[in-house]
Amino acid sequence: MNNLIDLEKKINSELGTKINTSEIKHNQIYLEIDSEDLIDVVLFVKTNKDTKFRQLIDITVVDYPERSKRFKIVYLFLSHEFNQRMILSYNISENEVIASLTPIFPSANWMEREVFDMYGVSFKDHPDLRRILTDYGFEGHPLRKDFPLTGHTEVRYSESQKKVVNEPVKLEQNYRNFDYESPWEGTKYIKELTDSNDKKN
Amino acid sequence: MTKKIKNLNLNFGPQHPAAHGVLRLILELDGEVVEKADPHIGLLHRGTEKLIENKTYMQAVPYFDRLDYVAPMNQEHAFALAVEKILEIDVPIRAQFIRVMFCEIGRILSHILNVTTQALDVGALTPSLWGFEERETLMTFYERASGSRLHANYFRAGGVHQDLPAGLETDIAKFCETFPKIINDLENLLTDNRIFKQRNVDIGVVTKEDALDYSFSGVMIRGSGVPWDLRKSQPYDCYNQLEFKIPVGKNGDCYDRYLCRIEEMKESVKIIKQCLSKMEKGPIKTFDGKITPPSKKDIKQSMEALIHHFKLFTEGYRVPEDEIYTAVEAPKGEFGVYLISDGSSKPYKCKIRAPGFSHLQSMDYLIKGHMLADVPAVLGSLDIVFGEVDR
Repeated sequence: MNNLIDLEKKINSELGTKINTSEIKHNQIYLEIDSEDLIDVVLFVKTNKDTKFRQLIDITVVDYPERSKRFKIVYLFLSHEFNQRMILSYNISENEVIASLTPIFPSANWMEREVFDMYGVSFKDHPDLRRILTDYGFEGHPLRKDFPLTGHTEVRYSESQKKVVNEPVKLEQNYRNFDYESPWEGTKYIKELTDSNDKKN
Repeated sequence: MTKKIKNLNLNFGPQHPAAHGVLRLILELDGEVVEKADPHIGLLHRGTEKLIENKTYMQAVPYFDRLDYVAPMNQEHAFALAVEKILEIDVPIRAQFIRVMFCEIGRILSHILNVTTQALDVGALTPSLWGFEERETLMTFYERASGSRLHANYFRAGGVHQDLPAGLETDIAKFCETFPKIINDLENLLTDNRIFKQRNVDIGVVTKEDALDYSFSGVMIRGSGVPWDLRKSQPYDCYNQLEFKIPVGKNGDCYDRYLCRIEEMKESVKIIKQCLSKMEKGPIKTFDGKITPPSKKDIKQSMEALIHHFKLFTEGYRVPEDEIYTAVEAPKGEFGVYLISDGSSKPYKCKIRAPGFSHLQSMDYLIKGHMLADVPAVLGSLDIVFGEVDR
């Protein structure tokens, strides 16, 4: 499909109920699906001759701790043939285990390992689900919103024990997170006033 | 009597000169043949994405210099483009040319380093000595424009930080005249060199299909004969006003990737020349006072400018709620930023898509069945920089 509107129609008509919402913005197509339809949808967009999203660019997660379905899993695809990008996403709750894309895209291997490492999302049938970026023996999932920026432990070389030791973080000064957010655009009541004035005029 | 034979496990790195940084590669060897390679990465993990989530949009820029520290401005470019698209601001044409010019300088910086260190890995010392001299010249251009040789922090959403200093354009033009000769010198040393060819031809072959499946991009996919370059296929900034060719390989081996890089450097010189000739005097960043800091002169005279300055450097500018993925053709491949803004002055989520991550992942597939001595050659041609792999 050479243009995004046709592509959106095609995907919606072929996959029908599997697509919850679809949207075109920033010259990309955004699809929302359910977690159990992942494999079907990905297989379709990879192999269909009108879509051909043959490259998996990245997998990532967005953490919304206040939601009941906490994690939004995001897949970025690229089609060389039609020069299009697609962003596929679905929401899951914290302990849900999701399907792995490694049988379809071998490159999903490390991407899923990174997601597991950073967010603690587990994948079913992943060949080698280990931590990847953090240290050996690391605990916790750093990119979750409830993980502190300064972390929990710090490493140093202990002269007395003659080895590298992990200790709880001790900071000379606590991390300071100032709240600079302010109604820079004019205080809210003024904005409401001007808006209502604009409507009157 | 039967003798039990066991495969040898070898630790390659993390402190190994041919590992190009801190890579711990665990190799399973059968004699001298590699059976399995398991890269352990993350020794340079600094939590860039987490840090960016806790900083304002302007404070996030320097973190991008520290990803692929061989070509810093190319990364800043991806972030600047992402923010610009959400804010829907136009970049003045002079700023676009300056940015593209420095991105191409970054490409040359990266390719010189890669080509010469790859030669070093397979036994040639001279190219790196010649190449590093040119890198030094290029980094002085970085320094004159931004104030620092490596971590430039020069691109902003809406343009660049400051205009080029007097005389820089003529000096870059002079470099463009002398540099092609250096590329030729490098080629004389390497391209037909018997040892270099023996070490690189037919090593680490990637087929077209596998290049797609393993999410390769940049030289890694072009070396296998796929003519795919984001500068051409999804042009950003002023790339659609420039003329350049996309070199494509044939066999997908280390040698073809080397040739692609050499040709790309020549094309980059052409692009820089065109940028210099098309660049006209004009503004270098958007006039929107809510995004661009005011000039020093204005701060002294205008109350509004003073307030803007104060607010920009404390709160930062706010970015409306949106979700976007933007990618640029960095020297190593597709470098992308997936940004989620929530209307505040800090990104809610900023995922960095580093090309080296997917390339290094395929190490096992590339090296299986090769000799141990081919590991540095393949690793060199992958063009890995740990700043971006580990993030």
